Parts: sequence; structure tokens; C-alpha cells
Amino acid sequence: MMQKYRIKDGGKIQRNKKISFIFNGKTYFGYKGDTIASALLANGVHLIGRSFKYHRPRGIIAAGVEDANGKVQLYKNDITEPNVNVTEVELVKGLRIESQNCWPSVSFDVWAINNFLNRFFPAGFYYKTFMWPKSFWYKVYEPIIRKAAGMGTASLKPDPDRYEHQYEHCDILVVGSGPSGISSALAAAKNGARVIMAEDKPRFGGSLLIDNVTIGNKNGDEWVEEAIAELKSLPNVILKKRSQVFGYYDHNMLVMFERCKDHLDNPVAFSPRQRLWYIRAKQVIISTGSIERPLVFANNDRPGIMLASSAKEYLKIYGVLAGKKPIIFTNNDTAYETAIEYKNQGIAPIIIDTRNDSDAGIVNEAKKLGIQIKFSHGIANTSGYKKVKSVTVGELNNNKDGYKNLEEIACDSVFVSGNWTPTVHLASQSGNKLKYDANSDTFLPDKSRQKETVIGSANGSMTLQKSLKEGFEKGFNLSNEITKNGIATLIPISDEKQYGQHDKFWCMPLPNKKHYKRFVDFQNDVAVSDIQLAVQEGFRSIEHVKRYTTLGMATDQGKTSNLNGLQLVSELEKKIVPEVGHTTFRPPYTSVTIGTIIGREVGKNYKATRKSPMHQWHEQHGAVFVDAGLWLRPRYYKENKETLHQASKREALNVRKNVGVCDVTSLGKIDIKGKDSAEFLNRIYTNAFLKLPIGKARYGVMLREDGVVFDDGTTTRISENNFHMTTTTAQAANVLMHLEYYLQVVWPELDVSVVSTTEQWASAAVAGPKSRMLLSRIFPSEDLSNEALPFMGYKEVKFKDTTARIFRISFSGELAYEINIMSDFGNLMWDEIIDLGKEFNIQPYGTEALSILRIEMGHVAGSEIDGRTIAYDLSLENMLSQKKDFVGKRSLSRKAFNEPDRERIVGIVPIDKKTSIPEGSYLIKNENSLLPVPKLGYISASCWSVEFDNPFSLAIIKDGKNKIGEKIFAVSPLKNVSIPVEVVSQHYVDPEGQRVRS
Amino acid sequence: MKRVLVQKLGLADMLEIKCPYCGERSQNEFSYGGDATIKRPELNSEISDLEWDSFVYYRNNPRGKHLELWHHTSGCRRWFKVHRNTATHEIIKTLEIQEELHD
Repeated sequence: MMQKYRIKDGGKIQRNKKISFIFNGKTYFGYKGDTIASALLANGVHLIGRSFKYHRPRGIIAAGVEDANGKVQLYKNDITEPNVNVTEVELVKGLRIESQNCWPSVSFDVWAINNFLNRFFPAGFYYKTFMWPKSFWYKVYEPIIRKAAGMGTASLKPDPDRYEHQYEHCDILVVGSGPSGISSALAAAKNGARVIMAEDKPRFGGSLLIDNVTIGNKNGDEWVEEAIAELKSLPNVILKKRSQVFGYYDHNMLVMFERCKDHLDNPVAFSPRQRLWYIRAKQVIISTGSIERPLVFANNDRPGIMLASSAKEYLKIYGVLAGKKPIIFTNNDTAYETAIEYKNQGIAPIIIDTRNDSDAGIVNEAKKLGIQIKFSHGIANTSGYKKVKSVTVGELNNNKDGYKNLEEIACDSVFVSGNWTPTVHLASQSGNKLKYDANSDTFLPDKSRQKETVIGSANGSMTLQKSLKEGFEKGFNLSNEITKNGIATLIPISDEKQYGQHDKFWCMPLPNKKHYKRFVDFQNDVAVSDIQLAVQEGFRSIEHVKRYTTLGMATDQGKTSNLNGLQLVSELEKKIVPEVGHTTFRPPYTSVTIGTIIGREVGKNYKATRKSPMHQWHEQHGAVFVDAGLWLRPRYYKENKETLHQASKREALNVRKNVGVCDVTSLGKIDIKGKDSAEFLNRIYTNAFLKLPIGKARYGVMLREDGVVFDDGTTTRISENNFHMTTTTAQAANVLMHLEYYLQVVWPELDVSVVSTTEQWASAAVAGPKSRMLLSRIFPSEDLSNEALPFMGYKEVKFKDTTARIFRISFSGELAYEINIMSDFGNLMWDEIIDLGKEFNIQPYGTEALSILRIEMGHVAGSEIDGRTIAYDLSLENMLSQKKDFVGKRSLSRKAFNEPDRERIVGIVPIDKKTSIPEGSYLIKNENSLLPVPKLGYISASCWSVEFDNPFSLAIIKDGKNKIGEKIFAVSPLKNVSIPVEVVSQHYVDPEGQRVRS
Repeated sequence: MKRVLVQKLGLADMLEIKCPYCGERSQNEFSYGGDATIKRPELNSEISDLEWDSFVYYRNNPRGKHLELWHHTSGCRRWFKVHRNTATHEIIKTLEIQEELHD
């Protein structure tokens, strides 16, 4: 197909590289350097999609991020991406683009009926209509509305691309590479500052690439080329194009995304698709320019109607005519440049100007060129369904609230200009309270709250000379505060067209007795009538009007609609604009893919994975792993086709009968040293540690200051002033921080140091009646008898070339030892245990078997120490010393902690001795009670007791100890079961604790 | 998901905190530790429920300057004080734990 709207030459595209693409099933051609938008326009395609609410045909209205309509579904290879903006995606091979929000097609969309029913869809329509009956919202209304109003379709496949995050520090971050941005970057970089300059478009230069200006003796774009070359040659400069700074956070932290890959035809495989930059800048120069403001008139949303500056950009950058019979509709002088550019292409534009006249140089130039200008005129209406085909133009009356006469003019496009809106989003995000400038009718940055400086047209400096001056001066001043080099750059002289005052008039009156829609916000389909209605219904605050009408919401964030909306509200409320105020600008400034935000932290990379030194052995021996915090721990070792239940039962039973070995490396280990260590532990633990003998371990419980149990574990006195503390896997990091808090903040006078040694020691628990025999084989020269190494004893022994620590402690309730050895020797020790253990039928056991063993012993773990229970609830009240103070003790005297019927730990056995009780089940007295059923307590942990071969659970129930022997019910509404159970002691196996001492 | 986005967008990690021992570091290396003006009652002291509760539970929630504890968790592992404006996030000063604030 011919690109009928492409001019013969000119533009920055590579005409020798032709690229084909498919839009809605039809093949088109464009060039390398095109965006989808410019390539479509080159082919005369304006109709891109359907509007959000009324499903009206919509086209491209701009050439950059401010375009509100051009959202499409993009397909490349077998990847799809929704809500992509056609003005931002560069043309590459293999693109397929589909319109969204239309069905069955963009040309014939059944939902367009909404447009004809539009008087039934005013602002607040959904709030008012879909209220009753209440239950209908989720089931009926919402799904239908979603289907009708939805944007694109998200891919259901995992994102095949990769995304990266990068942190960067710089002296000066320059956002935007227009005239002021480039000059400030040059000035700062030459003065020795570390500069990052970011440009969201694929080319540096901003308006200099489009406007007909000279700087020094060069054209605008030549000057850009030289300046960029110079910046590139400096080692202290990072230049980033295709990079959007979209958020300005506190402490001068800015976030930027860089499009690294999508524009490349043959990207390298390892390249990330997009990169998220966290930039901490000492100073931020915001040179984000300004966005042209549309005019509001009847049916101003037809495809073919776009911003005048965008029409010029398509011509100058892409060599594309946005129309061959354009009407240029303006209230100011800047649109005349578009008219002149089009005139120079042999096209005869007609200018409709709302002003009486203008004596600006550029207007005179247009007059001289013979361009037809209709002053004091406005557009009263437009026609053309899928593309504008004519406008109705009228001479405005003196009050500008009606027309003297109307005439219809045929056209194929309308280029609109309502003057310029400075892009102040980033300054506002930084905390800059904006001020209203009545002269330009815009909000401009006021006092900086952080280290941000706004320059150029973003700062309301609308002439090139002013922008350059601000750029060079601020670039030098800000950099000099940092570098103090004093190297200033001369400000070049520039030449540009002269512009006069704009007309303070944006919203055209409707022709007599007509009720056409005049759109303010294209993306959200907000028309003048909606804003009128909102104000009429009593919404006064601009934030409320925004939410009621959806003006300025979604990805658009009011880039083109904000000021027109404010103007209308102020007129309706008979206030001035600054009294109405403005809505909050929130990050992100433009849409950012979720992938970019998440970066590499997907799947297993979401968090670090910690593995014990013996991990590989576990893998080779059928281990099925479970996440325990960051750790991967063997849950069970699968033999043949065993289930979890079968394997864990076998492993647990083998511990009870023979001997098992469990990798307990993940348990937290903290080394405590210093002459006040015993005193410190005595304050941290609820039980006494002051007189713990050297070579002895003690079980300890620690509380939070609010009296709730924090953690438990054993602590061993290695020598007079050295202790080895163990914590649970889950709380290891918190316990260390807790200890550091008391040592550094509360009792700095104590001479104690703490350090985590979790990773320094590999640990194995060897448990079972045959464990002592096994240990005697491993350490044949050591006396490990019950007398030499009794329960809670500790011994240091030789192993190979190192020493191992043996703690006689037990979680399983059996005779057991925990061996710690330097991590590097972990595998060697593990192999030795397994090798020598064969004689005693040793089997490794995982966390599931460990659970069974501790549950039937009645030992508490994380499911009981859950941050809600006190020592009494866990039957640990014997651990509370009466003779000393400790962390959290004072809280225990509070009334609620001394209620006699507090929930306490007990054992639960099903009466049929067969039915397993789901964890989390409620315990109730009578299964036939009326609702709400009074709750006695809950099941905290369940297992299949290997000792008795029936189910056994731990529960925390009201007045627990006095309920032993009672028959109650365990109910799980989730699993739909009700199980008759009996309350028993929590110590189901070996209640006297003889085995551990044997 | 929202929490993740908030974190990832730097909303949660935007502060730059000057650790008295390590210098300026990003917030993601630190943990917040609450009001630094709260003093733990002496051990073994006879105190009323109200005094104890004031230590455990009751906290001011000032809009403006706040002296707070921070822990350099992924760094030197030291607790220190940060004098911060809760409304603007401005960090006025950071102090070693024994230092007193004179303002």
C-alpha cells in the first residue's frame, strides 16, 4: 500500500528501511524511525479505537505521551501487550496491532449504541443506576460494565522478557532534552558535575527538532546534534533517550524507566526489555517542556482532530501530513507555525482564530503567504463519523456565547491549539505547591520543596532565548554549588518567531438549541455537560469533581484536560481558577509495565534462597523441600512412590525406634561474648541464666515487653563469658535485632557483644534411642556416656581436623544430640553420620517428621508461639522466674493475663481414633448449638501419632487444663467436617520425659 | 500487589539516611524502631500500670519533628537516632544512640 500522506523527503526517518506491520488485519508500511502513530497517519489511518464510555470512534490527537486515545493491543511473535500507546511504540519488524474496546471491530462496534443513549450516561451514572439490588453489583452489573468499558486484554502467559533495576547517583539530573534541558546539561557537565540527562522520546532535542529556529549560526536541530555530541564526549555525563522519569519521591529520589529493547530489530538475547532506574540526584533540573492545550468544541473528538503542534511534529520528524485539507483552529499565535509549515508543503490550510486579530510577526508572515484566516470565529460543530469531514464555523458574537452566522467548510483534519500547559507534574510530585499565573492561564512551579529547579517552558518561559538563558544559568549555578569549578559557558544568541498574547477563551458555545458533546477529557469520555452536572449536583471541590466525573484520571492523568476542566469549573462556580485549585499530580507520570517495576525479583528470585551446606546431599536423596523463611529445608525424603504422609510417618517412627538425623542448620545461632553475658541473658530470658554452669545448656523463653512469648530455644555456656544461643528458624533475625536493641539502646553499660553465627555452623540433630551408640562410633575416643554427657550437657570434641560441638538437647523427645561443626565440614560430618549410622538403621528425617515428633511430645513451636500467646497459655509458666526481673515481666501482672479461663494448650484425640483433625479447626462444645456458636479454642497443630498410630493434635482452648477428659467437637467449616474429640494432656508421649534423660 | 508496587516504586525506600557510622545510605538498608524518646523503666522498679503502659503502648503521633530509632540492619547493625519531620520526611539530624538532641 502507498503511504499517501508521506511527503517526498524530510523528517528523521530512515527511508531506506521499509517496515511492514499489520493493523486490524490489514498490512501497511512505514519506515524505521516511525512510531506506530506516524506510520498509521502516513497511510491515512486516523481511526485507532473506541472511546471508553460512549464507544465513539477516536483517533490520534498528539505525538507523544499526552495522546489520550491511541491505546491499542500489541502483538509481537506470540507475546501480547494491552493498552500500548501508538505514539510511543517505535515501528519494528513483526508488529501486529489491534484496536481495543470495540466489538466486533473498530469500524462497527455494537457498544457504540452507548453514544446514542448518551443522555442516559451522565456523570455519576454508574453510582446512581447500579445500586440496587445490592447483590447485583458483583454478579450482574460489574461483569457487563467491565466487558463494555474494559481496555486491552492482559496476556495469560508468563512475561518472557527480563527487566532490570539500576541504582545511580548523580550531581544533576536533567529531565527532558529540549533547549533548556540540553543547555543546562551542557553548562553543568562542562563545569564538572556528574550529569544524567533523560529524554522520553527516541531523539534528543525536544521542540528544537520541530520549531524553525536558529541558535548561534545553526539551525535548531544542528545545534542539538553538536550539543549532544559534545555531551557524549564527556565522561561525567550519562545520556538516556527512550527514558521516562515518571516519579519524584522524597530525598530527591527519582524513578525512571528506560525502553532498552523493543525498538531494536535484532536485540541481543540477554538484553533486558526495560530498565528501572532509581536515581538519587543532588539537584534535579526539570525541563519537561509544555503540552499544547486543546480547545473544547462540539464533537471535538472525531478522528482527524489533533493538536496543532503534533501535526507539525508528524510533518517535521516523520515527514507525514496529518491531513491534506486541514483546518487550523486556535486562540493563539503558535498554531500559525503549523499553518506555515503545511503551506510550505503546497497545502492550503484555513485558520480559524477566536481573536479579533493579531499583529504578531508570525501572523503577518501567514497573511503574506496568503493563508486564509478567519478571525473572531469559532468551530461550532464537526461532522464525519470515522474521520472528520467538515466543520461548521461561525463568527462569534461579542460576548462569545453564540454565533452570528454559521457556514460549513469541508476538511480532512482539524489542528487545534489552545495555547500551552507547562508540564509541572514532577515538580508537583516533589511537593512544589504550584501557583497560578493569570497572564498565561497556567499553573507554574512556585517555591521548590526539594532540590528541584524548573526551567524552560515547564517554568512558563515560552521563548527560546529565555529557555536557553535559564538552562545555561541554572546549569552553571547548580553545578557550581557542587563542583566549585567556576567554568561558565557562554549563552548563544538565538533567533525565533515572535508570538503575541493568546485569547483567554477555550470552550466554544454550542449552536442554538443543540446538545452536542464537547469533550474535555478524551480518555475518560468526560464532556462539558458532565462537569456542569457535577457542579449542579453540589460537587464543589475540584478533587470531588474529578472523582465524580473521572476527569483527569487513569493513565492520562489530565495531561491535556486539566486546565480546560478547571477553567470550566471556575466559570460555573464564578470563581477564579486559583480558588478552584488543581488536583494532585501523582506518579507514575505515564504508564509503566508491571514487569519493569518488579524487575528481576520474579519467581524464585523474589527473595534470596538460603541452603545448608548439606543441601546437595538432600537433593540426591529424594528430599522434597519446603520454604522455611528464606531457607529451603527437606520436608521429607521420598522413597519409591511414598506420599508425604507415608514418608513422614516412616521417618518419625524410625526416630522413635532406631535413630534419625535431621539438618537443623537453619536454626538461628547467636554467639554471645563479654563479661556481662550471663547478666544480659538473665534479663532477656524469663528463666534464670546467671548461674548456668559452664558446659551446660538451658532451655529459655523470651518475651516481648508486652508479655507475649517472643521466641524459645536453648542457650549453652561455652565458657565463663561465652554463650551459644539458638533461636527458631523464623525468628533468628528478629531475636538478634532484639538483643542489639537492649544492648545498644537500653543497657549500653553491659559489656556484651552478639553476632549471628547461623551460617558459620552446620548442624545435625541425631535423635533416637540408638543415637548414643552412633555417636560413640563417630567419636570413638570420647566418653559420651550418660554420666559424662548428661541431658542438657555440652561437649567439645575432635572431628577430623576441626572441633565439633555436641549439645545433648532434644526437640523430638528422644535421646538426642545436636552436632555443630564449621560449615565447611558439614558434608563430611553428615556423610560420616549416615555411613556409620547404617548399622543402626539410620534414616534422615525432614521437617514433617520433626513436626510429628514434637507435636506428640507436646513441645510448642511457631504455630503455638504465634505472637498472641503468653507463657501461661503454653503451660510454660514454670519458666517464669519469680526471683528476678526480665523483659516483659511487668506486663504479666496485667489483669487480662491473669484471667483464670484463659485459653491454654492441651492435646486433642478424635474419639474414633481415625479421623485426622484439620489444623485451624474450631473447638466447640455442642455441634448442634445455635449460631453464633461459642468458640472454646482452636487446633494449632495436627499429626498422626506414630507412637499410638492414631491422630493427635495440639489445641489452645479456654480453661484448657480443666477440660481434660471432656468430649467436645472439632469443626472445620472450610473442610465441612465436625469431629467428636476428647481433650487430653498435651504430653501424649513420654509425659515424664524419661527418654531424653536415658 | 499494591504493597509490592509501593515498595518497588521507591515509596517505601525513598529516604536517604545518614548512619552516624556508615554515612548516607538508602532506606532499604534500615529498619524503623519507633519513638526514641521512650525510656524503658529500670529493672526491678515498682511502677504503676500507667507508667508501664506508657512505655509499652502509648505513643505520640506527631505531625512534624519526631526523634526516632532506626537500625542499620543491612549494614553496621547499630541502632541510632534520627530526627525526622514526619510531614515532609526531612531528616534534620542523625545522632548516635547516647547523644542527646539539643534543638
